[in-house]
Amino acid sequence: MHKSFIFHNPSVLWFLLALALFTMAVTVLSEAFGVGLVSTSFVKTLGKTLCLCLIAIAMDVVWGYCGILSLGHFAFFGTGGYAIGMWLMYARTEGIVAASLEGQAIPPTPQEISDAIGTQIFGVVGSSEFPAIWAFADSLVLQLLMVVLVPGLLALVFGWLAFRSRVTGVYLSILTQAMTLALSLYLFQNDSGLRGNNGLSGLQNIPGFEDTSQATISMVFFLVSAIALAAGYVLFAWVMSGKMGSVVQGIRDNEARVRFLGYHVESYKLFVFTLTAVIAGIAGALYYPQAGIINPAEIAPIASIYLAVWVAIGGRGRLYGAVIGAAFVSLLSSWFTGGGAPAINLGFYTIQWTDWWLVLLGVSFVCVTLFFPKGIGGLFDYLVRKPS
Amino acid sequence: MSTLLEVSGVSVTFDGFRAINNLSIQIAEPELRAVIGPNGAGKTTFMDIVTGKTRPDEGQVVWGEKNISLLGMSESQIANAGIGRKFQKPTVFEDQSVRQNLAMALKNPRGPFSVLRHRKTADGAAKIEAIADEIGLTDHLTRSAGELSHGQKQWLEIGMLLAQDPRLLLVDEPAAGMTAQEREKTTDILKRAAETRAVVVVEHDMEFVRRLECKVTVLHEGSVLAEGSLDHVTKDQSVIDVYLGRSDA
Repeated sequence: MHKSFIFHNPSVLWFLLALALFTMAVTVLSEAFGVGLVSTSFVKTLGKTLCLCLIAIAMDVVWGYCGILSLGHFAFFGTGGYAIGMWLMYARTEGIVAASLEGQAIPPTPQEISDAIGTQIFGVVGSSEFPAIWAFADSLVLQLLMVVLVPGLLALVFGWLAFRSRVTGVYLSILTQAMTLALSLYLFQNDSGLRGNNGLSGLQNIPGFEDTSQATISMVFFLVSAIALAAGYVLFAWVMSGKMGSVVQGIRDNEARVRFLGYHVESYKLFVFTLTAVIAGIAGALYYPQAGIINPAEIAPIASIYLAVWVAIGGRGRLYGAVIGAAFVSLLSSWFTGGGAPAINLGFYTIQWTDWWLVLLGVSFVCVTLFFPKGIGGLFDYLVRKPS
Repeated sequence: MSTLLEVSGVSVTFDGFRAINNLSIQIAEPELRAVIGPNGAGKTTFMDIVTGKTRPDEGQVVWGEKNISLLGMSESQIANAGIGRKFQKPTVFEDQSVRQNLAMALKNPRGPFSVLRHRKTADGAAKIEAIADEIGLTDHLTRSAGELSHGQKQWLEIGMLLAQDPRLLLVDEPAAGMTAQEREKTTDILKRAAETRAVVVVEHDMEFVRRLECKVTVLHEGSVLAEGSLDHVTKDQSVIDVYLGRSDA
C-alpha cells in the first residue's frame, strides 16, 4: 500500500478516528469491560449494525462507484452467515451429545456420535443424515474458508454469466434479485440440507466458550466487527483510489468509452462484484453469531432492497455516506418497529409506527432521491472546502 | 506509406436497411483521410465496424503488417491493437479531472490486477503534460472535465486518443459545435497527429475538410462514391448529384 494513500484521503483518517472513538465509548460503557451503562442486548444491536455498515460500503462500491445496482448482495451476506453457522451449530451439538453419552458403560462408536448429532440438528426437518454440504462442518478453519469461498464463487459464476452477456441496468438488477430469491426459496425447502425455514439457531453460543458470559462474547464480537469495518473501509478506499477507482467510475459513467479505451469492462465488473460479495460474506459471518439465528427469510429480496435504500439515503459514491445511511436507517428501523417510538394520536386515527415505519422510510427514500441525490453524506460537502 | 487498415467488400444490414453496401476502403500509415457523405451514408457505421461495435454480415477488415482480421475481436482488444476512437458527442469522464481522464487513457497494461498495482510514474506524468500541451489544456489539468467548454471537451477526448498512442485514430465530427477559432486549432491538432499515424476524420463541414488538405472519401448509401483530393471529388458529377448538389443548391 502506498504510504501517501491515507494522506491523500483525509476522509479515511476521519472515519477511522470516529470509529475508534465510538468503539472506545461503547467499551467503557459496556457491562463486560466497563461501567455497565450499555446493556448486552444493545451491544449486540450495535455490533450487528457495524456488520450492516460493512455490507453497506460493499454495496456502495458495487453500486455507487461501479454503477451496478445489485439487489442481491444479501445472498452473499447470508451464505457467509450460513457457512459460519454450520460450524457453530455442529460444534455445539457435538459438545452436548458427547456430554450426554459420557456416562454410558460402553463408549459410543464414532458412528453413534455422528448419528446422535445428526438427529439433534436435522430432527426438526425429519432427518438424521448429514447432507454432503456439511462435510467440513466439524472444522472451524474450513468453514471460515467457506465464508469467503462460497459467496466469492457464487458471485464469480453469476457475475461471469451476467456480465459477459452484457446485461446492464435494470435488467441486471432484476437478475440479481432473482438470484437471491431463488437461493432463499431453495433454502426454505426442508431437504436443502440447511434445516429449511428453521434455519440455523443457537449461534450466539460459541463452542469452547460455554463458561464465558454473553456480555463478554457480545463485546468481543462488537470489537471484531469494528475492526472488520475499519479494515473493509481502508481496503475499499484504497482500491477505489488511484487508477482502479478511475476506471471503475468511468465504467459507471460511460461503459462504452472505457471499452474503446481498451479496458475489458467485464473483467472489472466481475472483480468489483466478487470482491464486494466476499466482504459481504465476511460481514454476514460476523453478524449472525450476534443475531443468534439465521433463516432463509434473511436473504429474501427485500433485505437487499433495504441495503440499496440505506446507501441511497446515506449518499452514494462515498464510503462514509454508506456507513451513515446503514447505521442511521437500521437503528431507526429497530427503534420504530421495536415499539420504541411513541404512537401519535391524531384524534380520528392513531399512527402506530410498527405499521407506518415503512411508509415513513419509503417517503424519505423518495425525498432523498428527488431533493438530496447526494444523501446525508452530501452534507459534509458544506463543511469541507472543495479540494482543488 | 504502407497499408494499415484494409476494409474490403463489407456489407451490413439493420432490419432490412443496408447501412453498408460492399464497402472497400484502404488506410495507409501515416495518412490523414476525411470521410464525408450525406446523413445515413454509413460513416458512423463504418467506424462501428472497424472498432468492433458492429459485426458486418460479410466482408473483411484486415489490420497491420500481419494482416490480422479485426472481425473476431472485442472492442477492448481492437483498442489495444492500436485503434482509437472519438465519438460524435464528446464523451469524457465529467466527474474526473482532466489529468485523470488522460491518465486512464495512457498506454499501460489494461488488466484489473495490473491497474490495481499501478503507480504514478514520472514518465507517465511527463506524457500527460506533453499531451495537455498539445491539446492546449495545460492550465486545466486539475479541473474536472465536466467544467470544460464544449470545444475543450472535444480536445480532451482527442488527447485521450493520443494518450492511447494508437496507430489509427477514428475521429467522428470533431468540429461539431465549435467556433471558427476552435476549428482551426482542431485542424492543427489532427494534422500534427497525422504526421506519424493514420487519422480518419468523419465530417459534415466542407470548410473544415478543405482545411485538412487531405485525401477525401465520399460515402453514399453505404459504399464509396468517389475518392481523391477535395477538388477532384467536388468536380465528380455523381458526387455533385447526390451530395453537393443537394446541400449547396
